[in-house]
Amino acid sequence: MVDASFVSQGSRVTALFGRSGAGKTSIINMVAGLVRPDEGRIVLNDKTYFDSQRGVDISTEKRRFGYIFQDGRLFPHLSIESNLIYGMRLAPPSERYLKFDQVVELLGITHLLDRRPSKLSGGEKQRVAIGRALLTSPDLLLMDEPLASLDGARRAELMPFIARLSREVLIPILYVSHSFDEILNLADTVVILDGGKVAGSGSVEEITGRYDLETLTGRVETGAVLCLEVKHHDVASALTFLGFPGGLLRVPLLEIPVGSIVRVHIHGRDVAIALEKPPRTTILNVFPARIEQIQESDGSTNIVNLDIGFPIVARITSYARAELGLMPNQRVFALIKKASVSLANLNGKCAIADL
Amino acid sequence: MGFLELSPFETEALRLSLWVSVWAVAGSLPPGIFLAWLLARKRFLGKFILDGLVHLPLVLPPVVMGYILLVLLGRKGVLGAWLYDVFGITFAFNWKGAAVASAVMAFPLLVRAVRLSVEGVDQGLEAAARTLGASPARVFFTITLPLTLPGVLTGTVLAFARSLSEFGATITFVSNIPGETRTLPLALYTLTQVPGGEEGAFRLCVISVILAMTALIASELLSRRLASKIRG
Repeated sequence: MVDASFVSQGSRVTALFGRSGAGKTSIINMVAGLVRPDEGRIVLNDKTYFDSQRGVDISTEKRRFGYIFQDGRLFPHLSIESNLIYGMRLAPPSERYLKFDQVVELLGITHLLDRRPSKLSGGEKQRVAIGRALLTSPDLLLMDEPLASLDGARRAELMPFIARLSREVLIPILYVSHSFDEILNLADTVVILDGGKVAGSGSVEEITGRYDLETLTGRVETGAVLCLEVKHHDVASALTFLGFPGGLLRVPLLEIPVGSIVRVHIHGRDVAIALEKPPRTTILNVFPARIEQIQESDGSTNIVNLDIGFPIVARITSYARAELGLMPNQRVFALIKKASVSLANLNGKCAIADL
Repeated sequence: MGFLELSPFETEALRLSLWVSVWAVAGSLPPGIFLAWLLARKRFLGKFILDGLVHLPLVLPPVVMGYILLVLLGRKGVLGAWLYDVFGITFAFNWKGAAVASAVMAFPLLVRAVRLSVEGVDQGLEAAARTLGASPARVFFTITLPLTLPGVLTGTVLAFARSLSEFGATITFVSNIPGETRTLPLALYTLTQVPGGEEGAFRLCVISVILAMTALIASELLSRRLASKIRG
């Protein structure tokens, strides 16, 4: 039973996030037209695709939404090339804005064209599935956990493709996932679903600052997600310096031009607190911080909100908190062991821009 | 060689049997595939009645089926009279009637085999085709049907073999007329009723077995080749 409503504006990739059974696939199937909602509206760019009140229901084949399924669903009796052009042939030539060679090259599948789907690996199949959907020159791309059925290596291989896709092909994407990692790396807007209802929605940065995420995902995901500007690179020491009010965050060298904005994820468990500045340590990022508040996570863990010039989160044991006597408003030092930079290209946009 | 040589009586029966069966199966294919698809994919009121009707010839005594055909399509039958008056079509005592009798008796086998095959086609693939812009009709002809082909082939051959062996419905509906309705089984029966017909009967028996075995083996081999080709 799904009862959801959300609006995504100016977003390149909108993610539907939630546990299995939360309703993500139902929603994407309704958007595709494969499942008919009992009531509601589906609108994209001022065009209404479904409206129960006005009796509008555009059939699936007329919606021009490319759908990439979790299991690929390549047609086994056709060659890869025939699979790719299956939908393309049905689109009017005047509306085709993507060329066959272009797409095949973007996805790196030129060498697979005359093979059969059964001879392809999982990652290759998904790339072909993406190509097949793209070649219909769709108005919207729907992706239902496209990386879920792939192993770690394939997933690491394919994620950059999808990130690149969202940058180079200007089609909005609705992306279903239960993997927070994928959301961080690919999405702009997140809609969180729980039990068929929307539990929250907003930009990735906003949403990840909320602790109720932990209960929804059932995993320890608490952390801070922010957008920072690349200030300069130091090739000799293989570091890149990201600027924030309070100093410079050091991350492993990035191949991104100075001045770009990147999304950074600092996981709660990668942040430690010290009462004094540690004299000699391998941790590069140590900043003076003020404790904003301390919350209990479960019996033995505490979540500490810190302000180092931007808000971050530290996950510590209750024992440590008691030992150090940590209190709100206290001045301490935050030690950031790891900051991950996501693949998402923010194009200069950011919800939390304090630069 | 003398023993194996067929008499004109037997040759005629063989030729007629093949002719009748080919037409019976050809005529059954379109409605058979359609009904198989309908029963496999759609839910509707009275579906179990349709299912029952399709299977009726499988469980009814062939003679009863033949009688029903007589009542419906005979010269003075409910539909038969109308067909004759309006279109000049008649099934009485000719090979067309024999074809209808064979087709009806073989129909359930065709539908069952095709339906099984349709049910084996991943509906996810059909959904994928829809999202790529294919109308339901296009999905059927470009995705469902090609993937169902092994089942269609099996069903066709089974139906063909069953048509060749049809006796009760044929003899009840269109009688035992040489050159028109005296198919192999009827010819064999006729020979057993006549003194001195044992040799001919035996020859026809051997032919029948050969035809049936060939059909079964061919269907199995072709079906396997087709299935592996589809799976790539």
